[in-house]
Amino acid sequence: MSAWLVVSPILVPLATAALCALAWGRVPLQRIISLAGSVTLFVCGALLLAHVGANGITAAQMSDWPAPFGITLVADHLAAVMVLIAAVMAVAVAIYAFGDIAPERERFGFHPVFQTLMVGVCGSFITGDLFNLYVWFEVMLISSFMLLALGGTREQIDGAIKYAALNLIATASFLMAVALLYGLTGTLNMADLALRLREVEQTGVVTTVAVLFIIAFGMKAAVFPLFFWLPASYHTPAIPVQAIFAGLLTKVGVYALLRTFTLIFVGDTAWTHGLMLWIAGLTMLAGVLGSLAVTDLRRAFSWQVVAHIGYMIMGLALYTPLAIAGAVFYLVHDIVVKTNLFLGAGLARRLTGHDDLRSMGGLFKATPLLAVVMFVPLASLAGFPPLSGFWSKLVLLQASLEKEAYVIAAVSLIVGLLTMWLVGRIWAELFWKAHPVADPQGTAAIAPGTRFALVAPLVLLSAMTVAIGLFAEPVMQVAAAAATELMDPAPYIEAVLGKGEPPPTAVVGLEPAEVRP
Amino acid sequence: MEIVMAFVIGIMVAGSVYLLLSRNLLRVLFGVILLSNAVNLVILTVGGLTLGLPPLIGPEAKVLEAPYSNPLPQALILTAIVIGFGLLSFALVLVYRGYQELGTLDSDRMRVAEPCDPAEMPAPVGEPAKTREAA
Repeated sequence: MSAWLVVSPILVPLATAALCALAWGRVPLQRIISLAGSVTLFVCGALLLAHVGANGITAAQMSDWPAPFGITLVADHLAAVMVLIAAVMAVAVAIYAFGDIAPERERFGFHPVFQTLMVGVCGSFITGDLFNLYVWFEVMLISSFMLLALGGTREQIDGAIKYAALNLIATASFLMAVALLYGLTGTLNMADLALRLREVEQTGVVTTVAVLFIIAFGMKAAVFPLFFWLPASYHTPAIPVQAIFAGLLTKVGVYALLRTFTLIFVGDTAWTHGLMLWIAGLTMLAGVLGSLAVTDLRRAFSWQVVAHIGYMIMGLALYTPLAIAGAVFYLVHDIVVKTNLFLGAGLARRLTGHDDLRSMGGLFKATPLLAVVMFVPLASLAGFPPLSGFWSKLVLLQASLEKEAYVIAAVSLIVGLLTMWLVGRIWAELFWKAHPVADPQGTAAIAPGTRFALVAPLVLLSAMTVAIGLFAEPVMQVAAAAATELMDPAPYIEAVLGKGEPPPTAVVGLEPAEVRP
Repeated sequence: MEIVMAFVIGIMVAGSVYLLLSRNLLRVLFGVILLSNAVNLVILTVGGLTLGLPPLIGPEAKVLEAPYSNPLPQALILTAIVIGFGLLSFALVLVYRGYQELGTLDSDRMRVAEPCDPAEMPAPVGEPAKTREAA
């Protein structure tokens, strides 16, 4: 039973994608299937989190092959939380897609590809095997290529080419790193790797492979200096696609870093995690400066995606239980806020008729309630108390001060201040300033059904941000539980490989017999 | 044997990096193809190289008996080839579509998504279609 629950985050979106593809010519049916599938995924995510909370880390061996030989799926607190929050984003985006996606994009398969993207995302969260992680990354990558190019405007093709080129290189380096790790240990099961890497004598080689993983996952997560594909492409596709990309895709890279650099590569933390601390600080600075340099609202938010990846990497790099808990809290907060911001930017474009802040304005007068709803993610982005962004930044700051990492603490505060500047500018330009041409229409001008589809996800996600802020303690407890599991991998390894002695080396040995005819 | 493979992989990666650094997108794509093939050879090499020992279970036996060559890297490479084929064929179509829509293969001149000042736009270099016409 528990095995089915662990597999469900892959099965549900996969079945939804298949059903959507079967209803190829009937777009309204596809929308309903997509929404129903996303809600089912949310229920599965909630059940999974409850199960993990009650029974601890749950592993499922596919086809009953024992652990180091077959593929293992593992759900711990981190994985379950990520599946749950990803499902909430899928629901929000599926609702939004009722109101705002061009008909030709829907006819060419937006819904099935969107659900396939969710298969890749959820698969990456719950897999316990490094090569399997590569496969899920590819599922995610090919779906994201399709979603990015869907519609085929000149802007999109331009963005998609850059996205594709850099992500293909990241994929190759990931596969290279996996191969070298297999050569060192003879296994690809993450729990087994954690045990075997301790016995490897060539620590220099292990550190080299670790850095290759930082490059591969860092490119996916868009960290400094590998982030250039993100601001080049994220603002080009349809609004729901932008929102799900900004919310989830880079966070899968962060999740992979969190997983591998707490479980597998913990031999030389002074070097690997020290390197990541530099990356974190530079990512934050580069992202926030980039967002201040552009006037296009969507591009400013794209740069903000980069900036806030830095905070999560900072939590991982500090490598204390509090810092990891802060990183997990930040992941949850950031996924909600970024999806909300991109959905809001889409609605703002619809109302003001433009993407450039200089040509937008007057929204506060036109729709005061919408302005309040959109103030929540903006304020949370900058870290106003008592919203979710404040608590997550506070935890990370406290962790950095405890570790006496004053430079990164200062950088994170400066970046927070600069983000507040950006938020102030967006607020003044988009809401307070009069529209340069004509007063924008309020949401009342949109047809009621469409209006509900566009506004409901914003309200839902803003309410979540407020709720996470006001009831931060339960979220922090889950984040702390996830951090405890990450910092002490023994229960994870036991859940995957079973109790007692580690299993014998795989039948397929590392050194094959040298027989010459 | 491993030494030879190491050199082959090294030369392939060097060639792919040279191609990746080009401004012509088609060369970049060939660089990615070369790189993914080099990675497949890495998987084959780290799995251990053996000659003429297929991992087949004999007619009477129940399990595989040593010596045999490691079948796992072959399974991994097969997966990687299939995935890589899908991704690269998509990328090839994307680059072709980009050439149709944007009229260039020069990555420096693709500034639709991130517009820049026209004065700063680099001069067209190495347009493959045009050079062929000129020739």
